Amino acid sequence: MADYLEKLDHLTDAADPSLGDTEIQNYTINFGPQHPAAHGVLRLVLELDGEIVERVDPHVGLLHRGTEKLIEYKTYLQALPYFDRLDYCSPLCMEHSYVLAIEKLLNLEVPLRAQYLRVFFAELTRISNHMLNLGSHVMDVGAMTPNLWMFEIREDCMNFYERASGARMHAAWFRPGGVHQDVPLKLLTDIGDWLDTRLPRLFEDAISLVADNRIFKQRNVDIATVSKEDAIKWGFSGPMIRGSGIPWDIRKSQPYDVYDRMDFDVPVGTSGDCYDRFMVRVEEVRQSARIMKQCLLEMPEGPVLTDDRKVAPPRRAEMKRSMEALIHHFKLYTEGFHVPAGEVYVATESPKGEFGVYLVSDGTNKPYRCKIRPTAFSHLQAMDFMMKGHMLADVTAVLGAMDIVFGECDR
Amino acid sequence: MGHSAPKIAVIDGIAEEIAALLGSMLLDTVDHADELSFTVDRDRLVEAMTALRDHAHYQQLMEVAGVDYPERPERFEVVYHLLSLTRNHRIRVKVSADEDTPVPSVTALWPVAGWLEREVFDMYGVIFSGNGDLRRILTDYGFKGHPQRKDFPLTGHVELRYSEEEKRVVYEPVKLAQDFRSFDFMSPWEGAQYVLPGDEKVGQAPGAPTPAPAATPTPATAAPEAAPKGAPAADTPKTTDHAGKTGAGEGANAESVKTSPAKKPRATAAKAAESGDAAAKPKTVRKPKAPKGES
Repeated sequence: MADYLEKLDHLTDAADPSLGDTEIQNYTINFGPQHPAAHGVLRLVLELDGEIVERVDPHVGLLHRGTEKLIEYKTYLQALPYFDRLDYCSPLCMEHSYVLAIEKLLNLEVPLRAQYLRVFFAELTRISNHMLNLGSHVMDVGAMTPNLWMFEIREDCMNFYERASGARMHAAWFRPGGVHQDVPLKLLTDIGDWLDTRLPRLFEDAISLVADNRIFKQRNVDIATVSKEDAIKWGFSGPMIRGSGIPWDIRKSQPYDVYDRMDFDVPVGTSGDCYDRFMVRVEEVRQSARIMKQCLLEMPEGPVLTDDRKVAPPRRAEMKRSMEALIHHFKLYTEGFHVPAGEVYVATESPKGEFGVYLVSDGTNKPYRCKIRPTAFSHLQAMDFMMKGHMLADVTAVLGAMDIVFGECDR
Repeated sequence: MGHSAPKIAVIDGIAEEIAALLGSMLLDTVDHADELSFTVDRDRLVEAMTALRDHAHYQQLMEVAGVDYPERPERFEVVYHLLSLTRNHRIRVKVSADEDTPVPSVTALWPVAGWLEREVFDMYGVIFSGNGDLRRILTDYGFKGHPQRKDFPLTGHVELRYSEEEKRVVYEPVKLAQDFRSFDFMSPWEGAQYVLPGDEKVGQAPGAPTPAPAATPTPATAAPEAAPKGAPAADTPKTTDHAGKTGAGEGANAESVKTSPAKKPRATAAKAAESGDAAAKPKTVRKPKAPKGES
């Protein structure tokens, strides 16, 4: 043993520590694609200098399923469920952009109750999405309990989804012209009770554990600061641009459905760091609850789907008696409806930012091109400049504050 | 009231303002569904984008989309979506390109364009000159082809599976358990551009003749009407080829006078047109089976 060490001594700098001529190479490591803090299948190639991140090269596309290609081979209605599967944490907000794009091409009017229901459930989706994101963010930086509590809320949201649409996650409930089915009154009253009691109790408890927590702040404050100019240049949107202090919210500036009737505040950050982004989302949950309560107060009675039979199918009972209704039903579920030629870009405020659908129609019953503008694509691209000079352990905090889901990023 | 999609204020004179700003760079302007699209000269794209960003206040590049139109001389369209945070307005800027003509990269204006251009390159094969990192982004490592092109099959060319023998994932040519089927539910009478199943034989040489029904006497005058089934065309128009044939009242009768059976490709029409007594028609043209009515 002794002579072995002696032999080694000559090979290492320990033999002559004064020299120091050994060049230390930058170290490259793989983060993911299988890593619990990668929030899906993200592969980051990190170039490290010691523990400092010099360069980040995110490799995306590991969940690419060719959604846009598939949509070109489906009728407009058949393409709808693909949108649930993009950002599977906020499925209804994905559908929202798509149905609005179709309605814009058709210039189709949506009944008022349907507009309220869409806004109502889009905000429920926002709460459910933020529960997942806030929870996993705090877990990525070391806290366990808040995540479990917030998943309780998320579970409630999914139960509400199920009662509205029959599916816990992939609702396929928004349709061109409205929503698929009306909700029972009991569901609305239950959600009202939940908004008053269970949501604030669980949510405020969970947040009180982290918002002023010293360790949480040490992990997030002044991490990955993004200035206003950078946020604009890198195409940020949603909580990412608001965290940098730009009060930009599509629900306010370009209101769709009945958002122009809603009274809510747009929270903005002051320093543009991970903590600000976290707190912007926390406040958005409260504002979403506020919007939902207004919807419950104002929601009128009435139809929930347009009565334009060339777009929306007749009710089941009607089909039993009317030959014409039966024909419409058959035509809509085989051929589908035709959308006039043209192109639109419709962007809505999804929980993660601007989610856009660029829909090109050639007048047939299938989209000629449906380009989906994911939020995560732009945000993840900025990872390199956001991470520069930060520690390896901050990667998870930055990723958590970005709120990335790969179903949407990779399509 | 119309649709409830995001309400974007229409700014008066914005199209003219941008047209003045872009000058000769602008090739075409389309205003559809309250959305403005500007087609610009590909070679001067960066110049145009700089003007739009710095003088027209479109600060953000939200999206770069490719579209494939195989029938055009320059088959690809690259579509840039710009957003103005200060004017609260969106516009679209388009350039056309094909496989060999590079599009100038706008990464110097917006760093976000890096990945967006990479995606268009990956999906369509449009080359962006000046993008320093034009690697594939969404498709697999070592993928061949550009999947969003209209001539790329939906099923792709290769499939992968885990091979127990080689202990790794292997790629193989796609084998479909059943043929790829593309259903088209378009109405055949509303401009579908294909031959209906069963109609392929129209106009072809007749096959073996079907024996004439034994019980029916076939007088010499009615001989053409009893022609074998496989004949290229029936002698009489199809029963309900137009409204007059439904027998739905006076209006329909008048309609039947107007409509010349000669238009129908299936009818040789000579006979029907000559016998052309409109009033008698609904009766006489039942089907070749009933020569009794005429005799």
